[in-house]
Amino acid sequence: MSSPTTIWIVILALALGSFALRFSFLGLIGGRPMPDWLLRHLRYAAVAVLPGLVAPLILWPAANNGELDPARLFAAGLTLAVGLVTRNVLAAMAAGAFALYATLGGMALAGF
Amino acid sequence: MQDVSPKSVFWLGVRDGLPFLLVVAPFALLFGVVSAEAGLPIAQTMAFSVAVFAGAAQFTALQLLQDNVPTVIVILTALAVNTRMAMYSAALTPYLGQAPLGTRIAVSYFLVDQSYACASVRFDENRDWSVSARIAYFFGTVCPVYPVWMGTTLVGALVGSTIPGWLALDFALPICFLAVIAPMLRTLAHRSAALTSITMALALAWMPFNLGLLIAAVLAMMVGAQVELWQIRKNQGAVT
Repeated sequence: MSSPTTIWIVILALALGSFALRFSFLGLIGGRPMPDWLLRHLRYAAVAVLPGLVAPLILWPAANNGELDPARLFAAGLTLAVGLVTRNVLAAMAAGAFALYATLGGMALAGF
Repeated sequence: MQDVSPKSVFWLGVRDGLPFLLVVAPFALLFGVVSAEAGLPIAQTMAFSVAVFAGAAQFTALQLLQDNVPTVIVILTALAVNTRMAMYSAALTPYLGQAPLGTRIAVSYFLVDQSYACASVRFDENRDWSVSARIAYFFGTVCPVYPVWMGTTLVGALVGSTIPGWLALDFALPICFLAVIAPMLRTLAHRSAALTSITMALALAWMPFNLGLLIAAVLAMMVGAQVELWQIRKNQGAVT
């Protein structure tokens, strides 16, 4: 683990940097209209960042030493499927948690 | 202009923000726990949540700090995860850009995945809302999220290492993210962008400083925008 001073430096830098990112357009551009092509790209910001962030966590989970884990893969698949069908964040989360514990529990009982 | 009082719009925001507590609470609890297990004192754990207020970036920084990665790389990688905040900022500017500077500073601090998700949907639905109604709605959405984020971080930091490993809390984060993403995949353009994001992030995972994720995100946005344009042209062609 890094030293306490290093951790404080990271916290301070992240606080300032995150605020700068959040304030960037709201603060500097103000009420000026934004070009269509920029808005068209920004519509996809969330679906462009989050899936790429989460994919390695699902395929190479650190808790399983970075190797594919059937229980976690199944839980991820069910979360996605329920989310796609119901369009409901909470239902998807509940399904994922249920699938993870059911599979982990089943594997433990079966002696894996 | 539609006759909406800022007060009723504020409470609409509170109601829209409430369901996110079931995502936010486990997420912040998890951060508190992981942070305590990594050996951070409560003051630093809380400073992370209050000052940074962005779960994915906090987790990224914490992970890299444990791996003794150089400080500059820790900061740059965690900020890379947060570049989506600049995109949120840009997306809300057409709606909130005319608010006073002090208000825009406050909005910036509270600009997170949940408040953005609520605001972008409602502002688009209710284009006749005044700027002050939009501001009231925005702060309504963060009213439930913010105190619960801080409170559950503290609970997690206090409970810390007493949470048993079989609970597999490591996977709460991917499940939370997936549950948030899936309902967004409503058009071909959104699905194409998500697929590009996944394949490119995995293919470029070897790149240092999380650059792979940044490049994947930019490419995915371009794919989403192009698919949208292509579909508009196709539909126009079908009509004429």
